Amino acid sequence: MEILDYAFMQRALLAAVLVGITAPAVGIYLVQRRQALMGDGIGHVAMTGVGLGFLLSWSPVWMATLISVLGAVFMELVRWYAKTRGDIALAMLFYGGMAGGVMFINLAPGGSTGSLSSFLFGSLSTVSESDVTAICVLAAFVVLVTVGLRKQLFAVSQDEEFARVTGLPVRFLNLLTAVTAAVTVSVAMRVVGLLLVSALMVVPVAAAQQLTRSFAATFAIAVAIGVTVTIGGTVTSYHQDVPPGATIVLLTIAAFIALTALAAPLARRRARALAAAHPGGDPAECAIPAGRTAD
Amino acid sequence: MTTTEPVISLRGVRAELGARPVLRGIDLTVRRGEVVALLGANGSGKSTAVRTVIGQVPVTAGGIELFGTARHRFRDWARVGYVPQRTTAAGGVPATVTEVVSSGRLSRTRFGLFRKADREAVRHALDLVGMADRAKDSVDALSGGQHQRVLIARALAAAPELLIMDEPMAGVDLASQEVLAKTLRGQVAEGATVLLVLHELGPLEPLIDRAVVLRDGCVVHDGPPPKAVGQHALPGHDHVHPHAPAGAEPIRTGLLS
Repeated sequence: MEILDYAFMQRALLAAVLVGITAPAVGIYLVQRRQALMGDGIGHVAMTGVGLGFLLSWSPVWMATLISVLGAVFMELVRWYAKTRGDIALAMLFYGGMAGGVMFINLAPGGSTGSLSSFLFGSLSTVSESDVTAICVLAAFVVLVTVGLRKQLFAVSQDEEFARVTGLPVRFLNLLTAVTAAVTVSVAMRVVGLLLVSALMVVPVAAAQQLTRSFAATFAIAVAIGVTVTIGGTVTSYHQDVPPGATIVLLTIAAFIALTALAAPLARRRARALAAAHPGGDPAECAIPAGRTAD
Repeated sequence: MTTTEPVISLRGVRAELGARPVLRGIDLTVRRGEVVALLGANGSGKSTAVRTVIGQVPVTAGGIELFGTARHRFRDWARVGYVPQRTTAAGGVPATVTEVVSSGRLSRTRFGLFRKADREAVRHALDLVGMADRAKDSVDALSGGQHQRVLIARALAAAPELLIMDEPMAGVDLASQEVLAKTLRGQVAEGATVLLVLHELGPLEPLIDRAVVLRDGCVVHDGPPPKAVGQHALPGHDHVHPHAPAGAEPIRTGLLS
């Protein structure tokens, strides 16, 4: 455990665990509402925040949080009001966000596109004390929302129209989901990187789904997968001197493939159990009743 | 409280989808304890009419009241059970029957905290539609008719006084149709008020007190349910092609002229 002797690795591992919890915790609602790529869009927008942070010498993490929250709110507004050209508006937002990030960081004294790279793909040695504080505060917010409001967020993400008739504040909850996703992007930025953060929101959820029937179990297993791969990826990255973001994402995809392979026999067993529990249901195979063959 | 107290009241309601007028000033009153069917061809505005009642479609003119309160001020949603047209089958993440039905109980909870009574209400709602034995199954594993029963259980979980159902029988197998009719009979016997959007009266006909027929966004009939004629009256007749109400002129779409 000499890995824990280094202060920078302690910080990196703490950040990694928090990312492993928060990214799938938000991602499950995005997947449920079929907005799996929203995290990717927010990641692009957050680049402007990082660039501005450099330019104004403010903390890139807080600046990225501010800009990505604004971007997420804008995306939600586009979803409400833009009926037909919403996708074009989002495309402009995403690429504008990326271009803004590159522009601002090059305008910053001593900044170059190269300085962005640790934010794009993650880096362990650059997680500073103040970053860890910011990440802890933001992660606490994400956990509070995604766990505390799970019943409400589930209802809204499952069926928005019905949720409205139960009297839930649907617009507020949609905005809250978007803002929470934006905050998660900032949490994950240091370890996984802005361009890879969406993978950690979506793939653990997809992997967990291979085994589960309930939302609660999917949530728990997705977070377990998230924490396992972020710790595993961070340790591997330290020992092998490979980039942490890429290691974590590749591990997550490996977990998805492994669980998918595992799930096939499980699904067969479940189907047999279901057939045994509900006899007299639909027959497993088609058969033409006798005397009905001639037309 | 009198028996004639209106539970739903629409006055001169107009609504547009895009720039196209879908409702051209409709009046509709549903009184306490009544079972009213909203009938009409595809595109006549019947789904839009119920969606204005629940606030999903904005109205451009006219007024809507729920339990005597203007709709935009109405907050007592636990009194309303809504069964949407079955398009939002399942989300992108697995969910069990119990998890989906529990959403319907949220209006009776504080901050989404479920007490024993709430869990029992969910179980009772599943019992009513005969799905208690599937409580822990994923909704993805259900047939269309079973799925519809789950959506009705979700609406019943809050023990509402008013049920609004949008085409509850569409694409539902015969066994589930019978369960649904029985469930609805039970609710009506306990005094529930029901507004149903239906493509045709079908197996629910004996329950219905009054039928309101829409055509091109206007009410063309408000009274006893119209009798089915010709082939439409045959038992088990279940067609899905767009058609005007019996005896009406076919709708000119302009596509063929």
